[in-house]
Amino acid sequence: MVVKPGAGVAVKTSVLLKSGYHVNSNTPSEKYLIPLRLTWEPGLLETVEVVFPKPHMEKYEFSPNPLSVFTGDFELVTKFKVAANASTGPGMALGKLRYQACNNNSCLPPKTLEIRLPLVVQ
Amino acid sequence: MVWSGCNASSKSVKAAGSTMPDKERKAAPEFELKDADGKTVRLSDYKGKVVLLDFWATWCGPCKIEIPWFIQFERQYKDHGFAVIGVSMDEEGWTVVKPFVSELAINYRILQGNDSTAQLYGGVDALPTTFLIDRDGRIAATHVGLAGKDAIEDGIKRLVSRPSAGLTGRFVPAILFGAN
Repeated sequence: MVVKPGAGVAVKTSVLLKSGYHVNSNTPSEKYLIPLRLTWEPGLLETVEVVFPKPHMEKYEFSPNPLSVFTGDFELVTKFKVAANASTGPGMALGKLRYQACNNNSCLPPKTLEIRLPLVVQ
Repeated sequence: MVWSGCNASSKSVKAAGSTMPDKERKAAPEFELKDADGKTVRLSDYKGKVVLLDFWATWCGPCKIEIPWFIQFERQYKDHGFAVIGVSMDEEGWTVVKPFVSELAINYRILQGNDSTAQLYGGVDALPTTFLIDRDGRIAATHVGLAGKDAIEDGIKRLVSRPSAGLTGRFVPAILFGAN
């Protein structure tokens, strides 16, 4: 990705969930649930906002109330501002996607995926 | 654009209807974990008892369904040589587990689990995972995921109704399983 100092840029992160599984949304409906989080380390890019899709309210066997979740394939959009004093040349933005997945009768431990976003400042 | 995959996988549910035949049962690996008071607890402390060993976590919805059943089982069968042990797999430890235990009024012993103990029991990739251990320290049933209450209770009834077969070598030391 090519960026210019001081410019705004949006980056999509595509998440592909295995069929039958869901992850809690960024705004879980129960306080005990682990939310989906996408964070970026400060550096060449300053995070302005992470935009999540609209979650689904789904009913599962293990919950008396519908839960706020994401299923299937979806995208997260991060809006960045490139540092005004960014040096030209190649760089890297580092992100972390924290998620916790379940299916209808069991849950997998929370995981953190590292994301590496190569970029070139021109 | 960055592509991130959530490669979620799970073992199939191996919920035995009740319990496995005696000759198919294998020794439950010994473990040593701390309870909420910092006391060391070993599986071998429960020698001669039927044990329901539940791997769970506070963030696990299906686990929350089963816990009230286990509270009832503990109350109902404890005088028949039965005990429930809950092994919490929460990374945050007692900070999150203690309030949860209070909130749900859990009446059985909770231990703080770790990856090495989970590995002894096959990795415990999915929660809840529940093992029924007979009086001879052998795994008589394994339930991966939310199991049926009746299936679990049927297993408990079968196991508590039988005396120990008096087998030797009840609990297999962890080292035999290649644990560190």
